[in-house]
Amino acid sequence: MENPQKTEVVLLACGSFNPVTNMHLRLFELARDHMNATGKYRVIKGIISPVGDAYKKKGLISAHHRVIMAQLATQTSSWVEVDTWESLQKEWVETAKVLRHHQEKLEARGCEQQDSPVLERPGRKRKWAEQRSELNQKKTLEPQRKDVPEVKLLCGADLLESFGVPNLWKREDIANIVGDYGLVCVTRAGNDAQRFIYESDVLWRHQANIHLVNEWITNDISSTKIRRALRRSQSIRYLVPDLVQEYIEKHNLYSAESEERNVGVILAPLQRNTAATNSRTTTA
Amino acid sequence: MKSRIPVVLLACGSFNPITNMHLRLFEVARDHLHQTGTYQVIGGIISPVSDNYKKKDLAAAHHRVAMVRLALQTSDWIRVDPWESEQAQWTETVKVLRHHHSELLRYLPQEEGRGQGRAVSPAPAAVPELKLLCGADILKTFQTPNLWKDEHIQEIVEKFGLVCVGRAGHDLKGYISDSPILQRCQHNILLVREPVQNDISSTYIRRALGHGQSVKYLLPDTVIAYIKDHNLYSTGSSCKGNSAQNSEGEAS
Repeated sequence: MENPQKTEVVLLACGSFNPVTNMHLRLFELARDHMNATGKYRVIKGIISPVGDAYKKKGLISAHHRVIMAQLATQTSSWVEVDTWESLQKEWVETAKVLRHHQEKLEARGCEQQDSPVLERPGRKRKWAEQRSELNQKKTLEPQRKDVPEVKLLCGADLLESFGVPNLWKREDIANIVGDYGLVCVTRAGNDAQRFIYESDVLWRHQANIHLVNEWITNDISSTKIRRALRRSQSIRYLVPDLVQEYIEKHNLYSAESEERNVGVILAPLQRNTAATNSRTTTA
Repeated sequence: MKSRIPVVLLACGSFNPITNMHLRLFEVARDHLHQTGTYQVIGGIISPVSDNYKKKDLAAAHHRVAMVRLALQTSDWIRVDPWESEQAQWTETVKVLRHHHSELLRYLPQEEGRGQGRAVSPAPAAVPELKLLCGADILKTFQTPNLWKDEHIQEIVEKFGLVCVGRAGHDLKGYISDSPILQRCQHNILLVREPVQNDISSTYIRRALGHGQSVKYLLPDTVIAYIKDHNLYSTGSSCKGNSAQNSEGEAS
């Protein structure tokens, strides 16, 4: 019944997760349903990769807590998990590098012929190993082999549109992300996202690799609003998983003070990319 | 010190099924009432409508009540009350309010006869006010001809009071100014803004379930498990195993 030609996909979501909310979790569910329904893909895993503290975003609390909250949030998920690699790096890591890290991890695992990330039926392992040994004959360096799962960046429309913010992304990274990996973008405003893609040469070139997923219901649970509600002693129940709400309360994570963290500090990507631009112009 | 007016919030509806949005209404309303400094919310009641309401696709009342009960397991102040769902005939909202109000009075601590040298409590036991909690869409339905009796609207708003939580695409103040009855009792209508747009409708949930799509994080996991166990809201029980393959293995 399973079509062996389907490309296996791992959905990777990068972000602050400050804190993780039901909206973040919904993105995974919507994206998986969408990709599976195309008939071409089979989503086998979801990864939440909280950004490291070196990102220096305003109000960003310690990665330690953000990771734990994400873990609590995914406790009842059978396929979404948290990865701490990015959060443990001392310097901020570009999203393209996080994607590469996870893709390489999958390829290394594939070569070692160990367990696949998620196996739902034991019989598949044998079938998969047979396929891989055949394909290894014609091994290429491209990550698009059907036997190694493809990592794709899962995001909302805000991330897509942030590609337009000067110095936030390196141009080559954007090309790398949409060209070599792919984007699964969940959005309420599909038309706006399509227009944004249309108006960008690099996105337009790789539009086949950008999957727009419709979110029909307004689900505006942003972390910013959660933190604001907490500062005002308002309830955040049913906006975040219960375990996350309890953890936040127990550790009193968000306050007026925590919101002041990194005030006046330049966001890591802006600092890095602006410095790079400056050094290029001065040496020109 | 002026003591606050105790309030119980009552929500009527199909709850077909209950969603995180319904639960949010209570949280948001409570926060708002507390913020006014005038009220103290002491409880919440969810009252699912009876099957005789005859709404399309309405799951059996005992299921809807069970799902609400599951959803409220982790709430320390909201409870489900099956009285309305157990009535043989459909019960108008105003009657549900009257019923629960008299229940509230029945179970008041006996302090009405004070003044005869009884032990004095810090404040007289104020009679809790029972208010109808609803979303903006309900307020809009007051305009629908023949859906509500005028005298009922009047009693609901005058005698009990309305706590109405805003929703995208609804102009709460407009609905009030459009209705003379509502306008007259404006002081008894509390409009609550929900800053987090969270438009999870039961209709959407039923449709998604019918398509085999995930509804996780839109309603409590326990309710999702119940729906799956009892095969509710699938367009056909034979559809259970189709494109939902990958969603079926979930822990929820």
